[in-house]
Amino acid sequence: MTTEFRVDVAKALGKTEVRAHFRKAMDTLMTNRRNQFPDDAALQALRTQAQAIRANALSKLPELLEQLETNLTKNGVQVHWAETTDEANEIVLGIMQKHNAKSIIKGKSMVSEEMGLNHFLEERGIEALESDLGEFIIQLDGETPSHIIMPAIHKSKEQISTLFHEKFPDIPYTENVDELTVSARRILRDKFYAAPVGLSGVNFAVAETGTLCLVENEGNGRMSTTIPPVHIAVTGIEKVVEKLSDIPPLLSILPRSATGQPITTYFNMISRPRKADEKDGPTEVHLVLLDNGRSRIYSDPELLATLRCIRCGACINHCPVYVRIGGHSYGTVYPGPIGTILEPQKSGLSVHGELIQASSLCGACGEVCPVRIPIPNIINRLRHDSVRKDTDNTPTQDAGTRRKPLEAAIWQAWSFSASHPTLYNFGGKTATQLRGLIPHNLGAWTSVRSAPQLAEQTLHQQLKALGVDHE
Amino acid sequence: MSKARAAIFQRLTAVERPTVDASARDSLSVFAWDKAERIQRFTERMQAVRAEVHVADRNTWLDKVAEICQAKGLNNLLLSPNTEWGQAITQNAERFPTLKHYERNIEDWKQELFYEVDAGLTSTLGGIAETGTLMLWSSVSEPRTLSLVPPIHIALLDTDKLYTTFAEAVKIQGWLEQGLPTNALLISGPSRSADIAQVLAYGVHGPKELVVVLV
Repeated sequence: MTTEFRVDVAKALGKTEVRAHFRKAMDTLMTNRRNQFPDDAALQALRTQAQAIRANALSKLPELLEQLETNLTKNGVQVHWAETTDEANEIVLGIMQKHNAKSIIKGKSMVSEEMGLNHFLEERGIEALESDLGEFIIQLDGETPSHIIMPAIHKSKEQISTLFHEKFPDIPYTENVDELTVSARRILRDKFYAAPVGLSGVNFAVAETGTLCLVENEGNGRMSTTIPPVHIAVTGIEKVVEKLSDIPPLLSILPRSATGQPITTYFNMISRPRKADEKDGPTEVHLVLLDNGRSRIYSDPELLATLRCIRCGACINHCPVYVRIGGHSYGTVYPGPIGTILEPQKSGLSVHGELIQASSLCGACGEVCPVRIPIPNIINRLRHDSVRKDTDNTPTQDAGTRRKPLEAAIWQAWSFSASHPTLYNFGGKTATQLRGLIPHNLGAWTSVRSAPQLAEQTLHQQLKALGVDHE
Repeated sequence: MSKARAAIFQRLTAVERPTVDASARDSLSVFAWDKAERIQRFTERMQAVRAEVHVADRNTWLDKVAEICQAKGLNNLLLSPNTEWGQAITQNAERFPTLKHYERNIEDWKQELFYEVDAGLTSTLGGIAETGTLMLWSSVSEPRTLSLVPPIHIALLDTDKLYTTFAEAVKIQGWLEQGLPTNALLISGPSRSADIAQVLAYGVHGPKELVVVLV
């Protein structure tokens, strides 16, 4: 079956240079993370704490969202709700139109990627400019992020140098990263200076204080939320936590899991717009809370764990599939293991259902997840959803659509024989006797593998010959 | 009340809630480090991300800041005249580069703030030893851009307010009880990025240099 996903994967696998680049980058990230957690007992205790914080928040989600809204409103922040990405885009557009704003400068936000906000605004004649260095680079090249925290990780220094020189001919060609950074700083400073509206994501929203928290290294988040007179934050409804005291443990585990830094350069906690006597900061702050399938995921006790995610990307960095095929092959906003479970749940199994096959179930993602999301179990669950008959028992959209009658019949026959010893033993013996009939050419399977060989005797026969009596 | 909000809440409240064992949630991370160890760890972490750390005391800090300004070749220094530090510097203005006081709204002098200020000097609410972090609360006297827009940020840190962890600082300083400011900020080094081929570069959007004076 040649699907778009398979074509993209095949293409990506052929790009040996890019693959070597990903391998090196992921190895560095894995080493950096490991160095941040020298004491395994301490790491496990912190994971348990982070999991408890996120699980507690989800168990009270509607109450906490109400509390967050109340406190933000009291603080002077305007709260908006969007069921779909279209609605969220319209809300952002509406705010911009009210201010007659023709451009917006953006700090890094994956939810805005999920919304396709840049494209939406550009179609309506509004310039949306990314200011995170990685996002800025890929926007110049008309690309999407290939990693949730390192969006330009697929690009080499040489490619970026060439790109800068092409797009800004007055910048001399250089492969010096410091010089490239200075150029980007200068270009974006002028944009920050003039931007009428700034946009950001939210890493955590604190219900009890009405506070939006942002994690970043560059300062684009601070600039986007401080310089323009209007700040719009966009985030998913699952990002809320209950208490201020929930924040330090999450801040302790997020950057260490993500990039292997003990902490990011900036941790920015915004509670209100500029007060009357204050001298800077936006005079208007908006928060757009996006559902986009999250409340559907919320209704299932097993799938709910997906919403604990704090978007560190550790599962991506440790994934043997991601490192080989890169982020773009997934064809989704969120790649890697978290994308594998999140995207089919958001958009339905008929859209991204194939991603759940892109896993060897090695378990690395689940082991490194700072909030202990059992990603392999959820992949299995979604595989089950995709072929199950009792589709009313899961909220997953398009459940059962990958069920094939022949496959189902084979498994039913297998299940029947496995529970009937006489039939099973007869089948086993017959299979060993007919083993010579297995063809050498088994289509796609044997294109890169040898055909399976059956033994002369079944395991039962061999064990019996050895004198093992299990009955 | 919007239609979207009602629909979202309807779905969220329709389901049976998971029960959660949240017993692990409230463990407070603190370390038994004495002051000398807190200072040492803070300094090591800061220096690891290329921040400068200088040590002074109540009698020498003014000399130290003047020395730093000279070493950096600053033409001017932006600060608040209202903090204890700012007052002392202002009273000794002849020993410093041209002092600019942050007294106007940003709109009234944005051009100058963006393109003509060499360095900003701020006080801090305290520091965190574990991660090498400064804590800043925005205020009328010390606005958010003071530590953000100038290419060099000089921060004064009272070593009595150096805590072992963020959790400890929030608790001892009573952040919740005080009520959070418009903007509370943790700063752990100069602005940086590794977005170009994982090569570390400094001074992307925030200050290129962070200079901490421990007092």
